[in-house]
Amino acid sequence: MTETLVKAPEAAESPNVPRAVKRRRRGSPVVRWTLRIIAVGYVLGLVALPVVTVTQRTFGNGLQAVLDSLQNPDLISAAKLGLFVAVTSVVINTVFGVGIAVLLVRYRFPGRRLLNAVIDLPVSISPIVVGVALILVYGQNGWFGGWLESNGIQIIFATPAIVMATVIVALPLVVREVIPTLEEAGTEQDQAAQSLGANSVQRFFRITLPTIKWALAYGVVLSLARSLGEFGAVRVVSGSVPGVSQTPTLFVNDQYQEFGPVAEQSAFTAAFALMLIAVLFIVVIALLRPKEKTQ
Amino acid sequence: MSSTQAPQTGTGGAAVPAPPRRRPRSVASGRLTPTSGLGLGVGVLWLSLIVLLPITAIVVTSFQNGPSSFWDSVSDAEALATLRLTVGAALLVTLLNAILGTLIAWVLVRDQFPGKRIIEVIIDIPFALPTIVAGLVLISLYGPQSPFGIDLVGTRKGVFLALLFVTLPFVVRSVQPVLIDMDRDVEEAAASLGAGGFTTFRRIILPTIAPAILAGAALSFARALGEFGSVILISANLIGKTEVSSAYMLKLIESDDTVGAAGVATLLLVVAIVILVLLDSLQRVAARRD
Repeated sequence: MTETLVKAPEAAESPNVPRAVKRRRRGSPVVRWTLRIIAVGYVLGLVALPVVTVTQRTFGNGLQAVLDSLQNPDLISAAKLGLFVAVTSVVINTVFGVGIAVLLVRYRFPGRRLLNAVIDLPVSISPIVVGVALILVYGQNGWFGGWLESNGIQIIFATPAIVMATVIVALPLVVREVIPTLEEAGTEQDQAAQSLGANSVQRFFRITLPTIKWALAYGVVLSLARSLGEFGAVRVVSGSVPGVSQTPTLFVNDQYQEFGPVAEQSAFTAAFALMLIAVLFIVVIALLRPKEKTQ
Repeated sequence: MSSTQAPQTGTGGAAVPAPPRRRPRSVASGRLTPTSGLGLGVGVLWLSLIVLLPITAIVVTSFQNGPSSFWDSVSDAEALATLRLTVGAALLVTLLNAILGTLIAWVLVRDQFPGKRIIEVIIDIPFALPTIVAGLVLISLYGPQSPFGIDLVGTRKGVFLALLFVTLPFVVRSVQPVLIDMDRDVEEAAASLGAGGFTTFRRIILPTIAPAILAGAALSFARALGEFGSVILISANLIGKTEVSSAYMLKLIESDDTVGAAGVATLLLVVAIVILVLLDSLQRVAARRD
């Protein structure tokens, strides 16, 4: 102990990092290699290997089979519905998310902390619970069911419920990305603009929006990925009628359950397409993240 | 419910978390103006319609026919079996994630090796992949047509594997930024004072990253408790064996047993809140020690 204590100041003075420290930094090779093999092996075995296998299964019957299954009219309408639902819910969540983030950061009001907590609620509950909850309120026998029916509005087993379910599961994504950026930016610029006579719309588009630009883009990409991929909550409220209320994820499930080589090929083709989109999102996110950090 | 926001520092929770940022410095000063007041009103109304009211409906419906109706729905033998499996598997998966996730984060931050960036991308795949696709991905490797001849369909191992797959990124992504920011001086000081690798880890590193591990664990537990899409294909829904609570609730609601489904949902909500509050207070204790 005393030896190392005496040596320490010397080490600090030396321009090069002392060998002992270097060794500590790198750790013993046995430990380092063991940890490395466990980590890499686990990640590859759990995620990469299955992903490779699904790719193999998709193209196992040749490219033509894949192209043929893309012609499936149910898949095409599922893709259209999925796109519509995803874009609609991302727009809703973006408007709502930016608004709530500005309110939470810039204003004080009773119930502020509660509001903050409620926004996170959807990520900690099961998507099935989300779906069941929607049915209990908007379903035929739900709280608003009678009123909705007498006014000829159908929510459950129709597109509105699919959008609502998707909005709920992606609810906190934009808010949670925007809030930290707004907090770091502070209100000085906003106040300066205000004292120079800018109105609130001008201040939003000239000051706030450019500040949160990258965080918002990041939140939007996350929401889009989540919205396209939602399955459980949509499964409960949609009814999954092919060509009508079947989203891409429901299509994958229904085709897989059907068995038979054609249906199975369809399931794998759709799953592979969704997987490609997911990987694309990861790449976009990886490109956006540094921009968000340096702003 | 404040517990649920703690692990979310700067993240979307369900998706790829960004590194935690510094503790929010409050700049809120303004009183509500008429415009922002109106905005708040609209926002709260919207939240009530899509979150608060539906959640309330679940709790109210489960007690619709008196407390006994709630009790009946959660004490049903099938319900109990699904709850035991779901909560047990979620706890086990969370524990495993806390250990392996920390290990992976450590290797990604402190070790340099070729292909590290690919591993980084692969870790995010479970976040971005739709859950049903995750289910299909797993069943094509560990299903009846497995290239290795390992068929886990209809086994608890399969359920467990699916949960491990979808929860992989949570602990890794919450521990990683803390490790990156960590000051190496203290570790080096400990080493120069003669502390071995394990002692340094236990006394210096672990206390610093403990709150992040717990935050990731909380997210991973909540996710595992409610997971449906990735589990449904590989579990094959064998009653009393591999049926998880989410699948059971879906079955009940499809056979129009709303009270039963609401009962199980209420119990799951309570379990999630209890565990999250517990992990949140642990996290606070750990953060204070730091």
